[in-house]
Amino acid sequence: MAERSTVTAPERTTPVGRRRSASAREMLRAHPTLGPLVVLVVSVVVFGLINTRFFSPANLSIMLQEVAVIGLLALGQTIIILTAGIDLSVGAAMILAQMVMAGTEVNSGVPAGLALIIGMLVALLTGLANGFLVTRLHVPPFIATLGTLGVFTAAGLKYANGQTVNPPQSSVLLWSGKLLGTGTFRITTGVLTMLAFYLVFAYVLGRTAWGRHVYAVGDDIEAARLSGIHSARVLLSVYVIAGLIYGVAGWVQIGRVSSASTNISPTLNLDSITAVVIGGVSLFGGRGAVLGTLLGALIVQVFQNGLALAGVQELYQQLAEGLLVIAAVSVDRWIRRETRQ
Amino acid sequence: MTQTATRTPILAATGLVKTFGHVEALRGADFELFPGEVLAVIGDNGAGKSTLIQCLSGAIAPDEGHIFFDGVEVRFKDPLQARHAGIETLYQSLAVSPALDIASNIYLGRELRRRDVVGRVFRMLDIRTMRRLAEQYVRNLGIETLQDITQRVEVLSGGQRQAVAIARAAAFGSKVIILDEPTAALGVREASHVEDLIRTLRDRGLAVVLISHNMPSVFRLADRIHIQRLGRRIAVVTPQSHSMSEVVAIMTGAAAA
Repeated sequence: MAERSTVTAPERTTPVGRRRSASAREMLRAHPTLGPLVVLVVSVVVFGLINTRFFSPANLSIMLQEVAVIGLLALGQTIIILTAGIDLSVGAAMILAQMVMAGTEVNSGVPAGLALIIGMLVALLTGLANGFLVTRLHVPPFIATLGTLGVFTAAGLKYANGQTVNPPQSSVLLWSGKLLGTGTFRITTGVLTMLAFYLVFAYVLGRTAWGRHVYAVGDDIEAARLSGIHSARVLLSVYVIAGLIYGVAGWVQIGRVSSASTNISPTLNLDSITAVVIGGVSLFGGRGAVLGTLLGALIVQVFQNGLALAGVQELYQQLAEGLLVIAAVSVDRWIRRETRQ
Repeated sequence: MTQTATRTPILAATGLVKTFGHVEALRGADFELFPGEVLAVIGDNGAGKSTLIQCLSGAIAPDEGHIFFDGVEVRFKDPLQARHAGIETLYQSLAVSPALDIASNIYLGRELRRRDVVGRVFRMLDIRTMRRLAEQYVRNLGIETLQDITQRVEVLSGGQRQAVAIARAAAFGSKVIILDEPTAALGVREASHVEDLIRTLRDRGLAVVLISHNMPSVFRLADRIHIQRLGRRIAVVTPQSHSMSEVVAIMTGAAAA
């Protein structure tokens, strides 16, 4: 233990000394986003050196636009993983929400603004369903969301009925696809929306009591309960909020491709988890930050884009992503190993 | 500490009965705790110690009997109610969050928000004030093993974690602190730090209930010893009136109270 003979003077003018351990593990433990930051900077530099087109404004724009949807999904996933949960239904929830948004406007003739709200309500309900299963029926999150993955997928397919829905150009549903920027550097309002959400949740998780409680519940749910935190209430709110974020992701997705279809990337669920894990957020809960997830999502994007520009076959892109995940989780385990002093 | 019959117990119970199916855990147990004393509760396994403590801390409701807090009859529905009344219970599994720092742990579940607009509208925490006050609590209790209030609890030793939990229990104007085997998992030196801390709590006028199997520790700390046997309080003795072996004999039924 840190045994020290303390000064017995009644008043000490300096604040109690901050012990800064020099060890790399302690460093990573205290700053879980440090690892992903280094990986991102190094990979950007390396890919930039391999192919100068990597740094072209057009390419940077494309990468940012690509990352908007997965970034939002990974944000919701992060909050859930912080509570030591996991959400396998992210992609399905998002697809269902966007189908409802576009479908109610185009097929049912509901005004676009109202269609957006209805879609968000559906997204909220998906979160509520997951939260209910986890907190009331005590189904482990992995199983609960595996089940709802099937349910939401089926609901989305049923509602869409194999159609691709194209909202009219003026629709608010396409707002997030609007391009901003100068010259060849152009980002969408969807990218800004995603960044704004990260800022908001960085604040909420780090600076509000609710944020503290999310971490405490993920860290040790029994300790949180004994500390007077309503753990079930916190968990339920986490799933509901994550559902709403998936709804926003659905909205951004419609804007990006100007249509809503159930036929989009089947790997969204795993990609969101990949971004979270590479971002240094612990799968075991209570550790990590949303900034890390954003870095994680960017790292995945940079690897995909950089390897493609370097002319590497797609199978190696998948290999690289897999190795990154394994490395990230191994580092996390190593960080978390109990240190007894 | 001498106790006088005229003082009001801060926490008392009469005739507590609690059955679990066919098992009678409590069969008319009485209990009295006065301000400014350390009361050890000892008893063999199955004597009803933990059931008694759970009744007092609101974790379970007794089937029969009355509980009085500061002279007023109370019925706690859950531990939170007891806590709001001023009864803090420290469980063997320490209720600390390893990844949060000491100050955050002390304020866990009762965080302070900033009082300005930022706090009211955006619910921003007042981290600076929480750190400052947490540091004061720690200093006031003379806990010298906690050097830095911003350290994460996971890097602390068992004794230091215990100190964090005790500092938290003492920080919020509580009147009764119930400690369940506070030194069981600790080394000799750390245990003695925690014992010092318990004395400090008592000297500040708090009432401390100490549940322990460690007889030497009980005899070093307790002002009075409540001996529980077969669901009842069969004796209250003091370390001065009885020897350790006499107490053990009463506890196991080898000698009459």
